Amino acid sequence: MSVLVLLISFSLIVALIFLAAFIWAVRSGQFDDTDSPAVRILFDDKPRDTKEKKEKD
Amino acid sequence: MERNKGQSKEKIICYHCGDECRDEHVIFEEKDFCCMGCKTVYEILDENDLCTYYDLDKNPGISLKSKDFGDKYTFLDNEDVAKLVLDYRDEEKAVVNFYIPSIHCSSCIWLLENLYQMMQGVSHSRVNFTKKEMHLVFDPGVISLRNLVEMLSTLGYEPLISLDDHEREQKGKINRSIYLKIGIAGFAFGNIMLLSFPEYFGFEGISDITLQHFISWLNVLLSLPVVFYCANDYYISAMAGFRQKYINIDVPISLGIIALFTRSLYEIFVTGSPGYLDSLAGLVFFLLVGKWFQNFTYQGLSFDRDYKSYFPLAIHRFDKDKWVSVPVKDLNKDDLILVRNMEIIPADSLLDSSLANIDYSFVTGESEPQIRKSGDFIYAGGRQMGGGIQLRVQKSVSQSYLMQLWNNDAFAKEEDLGFTNLVNVISKYFTLGVLAFAIGGLIFWSDTDFGLALNVFTAVLIVACPCALALSTPFTLGSAMRVLGKKHFYLKNVNVLEKMLYVTHIVFDKTGTITQNEESRIDFRGDTLSSSDLSVVKALVVNSTHPLSRKIAAGIELNVGEKVVEEYEEIAGKGLKARIAGEEVRLGSRIFVLGESDIGLESDTSARIHLAKEGKYLGYFAVRNNYRVGLKPMIEALGSKYKLTVLTGDNETEKRNLMRMFPEGASFLFHQSPQDKLEYIQSLQKSGEHVLMVGDGLNDAGALKQSDIGITVTDDITNFTPASDGIMDAKSLNNLPGFLDFAQTTRRIIIAAFVISFLYNGVGLGFALAALLTPLFAAILMPLSSISVVVFATVVTNFMARYKNLI
Repeated sequence: MSVLVLLISFSLIVALIFLAAFIWAVRSGQFDDTDSPAVRILFDDKPRDTKEKKEKD
Repeated sequence: MERNKGQSKEKIICYHCGDECRDEHVIFEEKDFCCMGCKTVYEILDENDLCTYYDLDKNPGISLKSKDFGDKYTFLDNEDVAKLVLDYRDEEKAVVNFYIPSIHCSSCIWLLENLYQMMQGVSHSRVNFTKKEMHLVFDPGVISLRNLVEMLSTLGYEPLISLDDHEREQKGKINRSIYLKIGIAGFAFGNIMLLSFPEYFGFEGISDITLQHFISWLNVLLSLPVVFYCANDYYISAMAGFRQKYINIDVPISLGIIALFTRSLYEIFVTGSPGYLDSLAGLVFFLLVGKWFQNFTYQGLSFDRDYKSYFPLAIHRFDKDKWVSVPVKDLNKDDLILVRNMEIIPADSLLDSSLANIDYSFVTGESEPQIRKSGDFIYAGGRQMGGGIQLRVQKSVSQSYLMQLWNNDAFAKEEDLGFTNLVNVISKYFTLGVLAFAIGGLIFWSDTDFGLALNVFTAVLIVACPCALALSTPFTLGSAMRVLGKKHFYLKNVNVLEKMLYVTHIVFDKTGTITQNEESRIDFRGDTLSSSDLSVVKALVVNSTHPLSRKIAAGIELNVGEKVVEEYEEIAGKGLKARIAGEEVRLGSRIFVLGESDIGLESDTSARIHLAKEGKYLGYFAVRNNYRVGLKPMIEALGSKYKLTVLTGDNETEKRNLMRMFPEGASFLFHQSPQDKLEYIQSLQKSGEHVLMVGDGLNDAGALKQSDIGITVTDDITNFTPASDGIMDAKSLNNLPGFLDFAQTTRRIIIAAFVISFLYNGVGLGFALAALLTPLFAAILMPLSSISVVVFATVVTNFMARYKNLI
């Protein structure tokens, strides 16, 4: 049965790590604006082609 | 570039802003634009290779019609003013946060965050969409703050810079603790439940006693932050209630939490049984979620603006030998200031220039611009229309007449005092009832076994903990508030919804609230004008920026064609004259059009624009107040349930029209100053009425604040609105009876949810009094009651909204 004690302790430690991550995320303001990041992720980073344009001109 | 004036009538949509292209249709690179402004933005974006803007959303741009900022932003060159706007600045780096009301779609985010590609010196920009704010980092050595703001304005993203701005920073601190509390409570709830699983499945006699102890200890450890951190708001609120000598809903909640915790500690450490910690953590978790749901706010809107956010940040003052821009708060008596076209007069002053044409509609409710002559006293808050004027300041900004309104007690009063919501009314009796049951149980059982009696006592407190009761209100009201939000009626908080139940008297402002400012109708009275005459008039008025000219221009739906306009002259305060197609046309005041001889006839105060051609008088244009569409049915629907009043700063010319629209018994008060309006509301309240005020301008600010519910109506949600309890899109005004009716519906839903939670409490109470309450039973009953009440409240509220055609 003592193996259970060990397992529970480990699982709780892992869970605590995630809780800590959550607390950090809240404190660093990641929940302040939930709309713009959701949109931002969908933008494509198009490589700039100004050079070509200038050559054309 | 081509310019097409006489386009056929089919609808052409502007590539940039999506508006219909009408008079000034521009075609560029095979794309249609409604005005030069939109085309310019497209050109700028195209040049900088930022046309992805148009791929993300269809016609994402902001219409630039009637948005001419001229050199409005020169004041940003002033170091002192810039300091107020900037958050941080050193030699190479400056940081600024702008509030940009026109942010509305994903294209906006994309463009504003790619600013660095087109503006030299901008190193970083980030948009907060919810709050419509942009965070910018730039190099002040490369690009000045003024250039930055002007560039943003050119693109249509004009930042709102006002006196209130630098103060907003401190206020805007977000309270993140609710997220932390929910997270920690949820974490504890999940883990304790997991660790309690062996109990649930009846492995009570776990052979290994050390394992059982270990789990119990862990549970206690996990519950500590829940009891001492997550739930602390409830103790604070309960204590605050006690101090004010009334029992709120947080009293039984706190009692329940304490009973749960002490009973569990006793069981774990003394009797060695598992305790109720899972129920405890679950209870706090659900309560916090309810709180979060209820505290939902519209972050992009501001419900507590005062005159400071309406006023400009800086104004031109004559110092020694030149005009410099200074912050308005530095203005002193006898300063000479310059107010340009469309700028707002910041302080009470005397007019130095010969003539001024001031639009007070937002401030006093008078619908037409007022003419002022040299030496006249001019109140702050008006907007100068036309050329620049010079003024001699008489009072500092905060001492000015309009600002005095904010010194009234109405603005100092604490929010929501004296208002007890439904749940707190019940909680008083509820708490007393629970205590009676608990003590009764204690006495009844103490004859047989005192230990058992104590058990029953705590068990009653535990099951009676009004979790479900406390959740029914936030979830019903929170859902209802979201439903109204979908209908463009944005409430400050859920309490407003409850207050709507008690309204007995509805007060309307006239100008801008039940009438439309922008689209007042123009009628011509006199000889019937031929279409060629009309097109002559239009050719004349399109040259003028005067608001009345614009109204006339908008009222004539003819194409001007190619008319030659010669000798055009606009005389401020008088009118327009020009030679069109060889004929002299005059349009304006009676004196101006008919000549000096006719002064005796000048008696009418309402706006009339007279027209004469070649010296022959043709008639006049009269501006009529244009009431909002669908106003009459709305008034009728309200009139059957509420008393109605119209308060207006305007004159009585519209009285007959109003009488026709409003039911008998409605009151009309004209020439009301902002202070009069406030006092009228006060007098209504003294006679026991609960007042809902619907207004729009600064002149209503006092009345809105004083009334039980103040609702601001606005054509554009992003515009300035005075402090209020709710902001309503003007298009939704007709739904007001429906909204008030829906508030009554939510009350019924809340009562139904109360009944459900009482049933759960009754069942639990039966078990508790019979001394049969087990941890497993509590662990099932409590989440079950909470979840079923939450589901009932949200589902029924949304169903009723659909049933009543609100969504």
